[in-house]
Amino acid sequence: MFETYYPILFLILFAVFLALVMAGASILIGKRTRLGKKGNPYECGIDPVGTTRDPVPVKFFLIAISFILFDIEVIFLLPWAVVARDLGMFGFVSILIFVTLVMIGYFYELGRGALKWD
Amino acid sequence: MEAVQPNVGFVFGLFAAIIITSALLVVTLKNIFHCALALIVCLTGVAGIFVLLHAEFLAAVQVLIYVGAVSVLIIFSVMLTSNLASRRIVQTNQNALVAGFAALIFGAGALLLLKLHDIWPKAGSALPDDNVMTIGKLLMTDYMLPFEVVSVLMLAAMIGAIVLARGERS
Amino acid sequence: MLEMIVASSIKVIIVMLAVLTGCAYATYMERKVVAFMQHRIGPSYAGPYGLLQPIADAIKMAFKEDVVPDKVERITYALAPIASFVPSLLVFAVVPFSADFTLVGRQVTGVISDLNIGILFVFAITSLGVYGIVLAGWSSGSKYSLMGGIRSSAQMISYEISYGLSIVGVILIANTLSLRQLVEQQDTILHWYIWKQPLGFLLYLTCAIAETNRLPFDLPEAESELVGGYHTEYSSFRFAMFFIGEYANMIAVSCVGTTLFFGGWQGPFLPAGLSVIWFVIKVFCFMFFYIWLRATFPRFRYDQLMNFGWKVLFPLAVVNLLVTGLIVLW
Repeated sequence: MFETYYPILFLILFAVFLALVMAGASILIGKRTRLGKKGNPYECGIDPVGTTRDPVPVKFFLIAISFILFDIEVIFLLPWAVVARDLGMFGFVSILIFVTLVMIGYFYELGRGALKWD
Repeated sequence: MEAVQPNVGFVFGLFAAIIITSALLVVTLKNIFHCALALIVCLTGVAGIFVLLHAEFLAAVQVLIYVGAVSVLIIFSVMLTSNLASRRIVQTNQNALVAGFAALIFGAGALLLLKLHDIWPKAGSALPDDNVMTIGKLLMTDYMLPFEVVSVLMLAAMIGAIVLARGERS
Repeated sequence: MLEMIVASSIKVIIVMLAVLTGCAYATYMERKVVAFMQHRIGPSYAGPYGLLQPIADAIKMAFKEDVVPDKVERITYALAPIASFVPSLLVFAVVPFSADFTLVGRQVTGVISDLNIGILFVFAITSLGVYGIVLAGWSSGSKYSLMGGIRSSAQMISYEISYGLSIVGVILIANTLSLRQLVEQQDTILHWYIWKQPLGFLLYLTCAIAETNRLPFDLPEAESELVGGYHTEYSSFRFAMFFIGEYANMIAVSCVGTTLFFGGWQGPFLPAGLSVIWFVIKVFCFMFFYIWLRATFPRFRYDQLMNFGWKVLFPLAVVNLLVTGLIVLW
């Protein structure tokens, strides 16, 4: 029953092992010097201006929320898509209702400008 | 060639240890960004438990939604409040010891009750092999009303998010 | 059982080595193809025709100093390249590379793990690709990295939805989530799903390019605008891990695209054991197209990019889905 999962586990372990080898290699093989001015964050050669932890604009937050909701919509569409032929028009109409309600939300977001300017 | 089952108990114990450890890290670490990362590990452990229960669709959805979307939202919101992320937060106050003691008593009592009265329903039959088809058929037939209500709930969530986030503008 | 574990472990190692070599030579191919399109030659000194260039690059990168700037947040900084590298490679677990064939008397399946939720697994792992970027951007302690990281992750999640919807269109026709069965259903060239889902394919292609942060969608790592974006503060092998992760992601998305729309390993004339050659040819065509796009187009501005993802691609994807459903069920 779980036969299909062993290879995935092995792949995860192998990929993590490769990543650690690479990270380890760079620490071991590379030169070591005192960092001095190299340790400053890169700003085209001048001293950094301003703070680094400015708050992120709210629109990114709204994008993330919208993403969750539409992702859930895709999740619900997947089981329907697999059995769509067996369910026929009845299933299609119920999915149509589902998608319509979600798209009402999408058009509301569009109208209120939540998806505007990136 | 018959398939030899892995020691499910051992794997379950491993996943349970991951979940509990990361959950403890979420509530004890001092840097909130690290707490968010520990939460990601915890949710991935839950997906592992779903795989053990043969609920593969749920495991994939758990990774996709919780780890791939909700945790991203949490990390974005940690980044949104800048001073929150670099400050060392204090997770306990002066009642920590009393609270810990009470939690221990409650936990032990609950475990004892569970051992004495076997109240958890046992699984009726093994899940069908094709999870997704069964879920699809059930969603469209027996559970159609909750399915449509979910879409109304999502609509409400969208409207609510916009009102909360942009309320101060208009 | 033990035999199955050994067989799949060997497959994993072979596929991983192939993918990593593929990534290395994808960098070579990119430089050469872009050079020829720009009427110049490209790398030609390291070995014949410059074929040893990736090896030279790898050795150079290994010996560079691993600069960890002062202001980084160490744990997350160390974790980010791994978080970017591992999901790109994990997708290859469910891609069917070749038909089933027999090797020294044993039956070998052409896929590492035939999950019955195959394409959903791919979708879930792709959505984990955001973390490498957002962790790198945040932990680097530099304004440019943070801006690049957030914009890149917002771009990736915006195009993720249309990516999923284009996949749902294919599943409507195929009625299965398993990638191996998807390929087996496309047995002749007339049965390839691209003919049945042309709009779906265009959506998939566009979203794939946006997901992998390639031109014309690569503003978050644009050199002239944000220095290096989220990987500005990384050097040596950590940078190489991001780089390899990006190319592995490109190859992974190309592999999934050929599986969904172009019939995977299906092709005439070759026996089952060699059908991997058809697969490689199709993936190579995809990669060439990626590089061709890079050599040709200017970059989208960020607001154009986000508007395009939300206001054009998403409604188109929903319309594609509903029209496909109508046609399939009528």
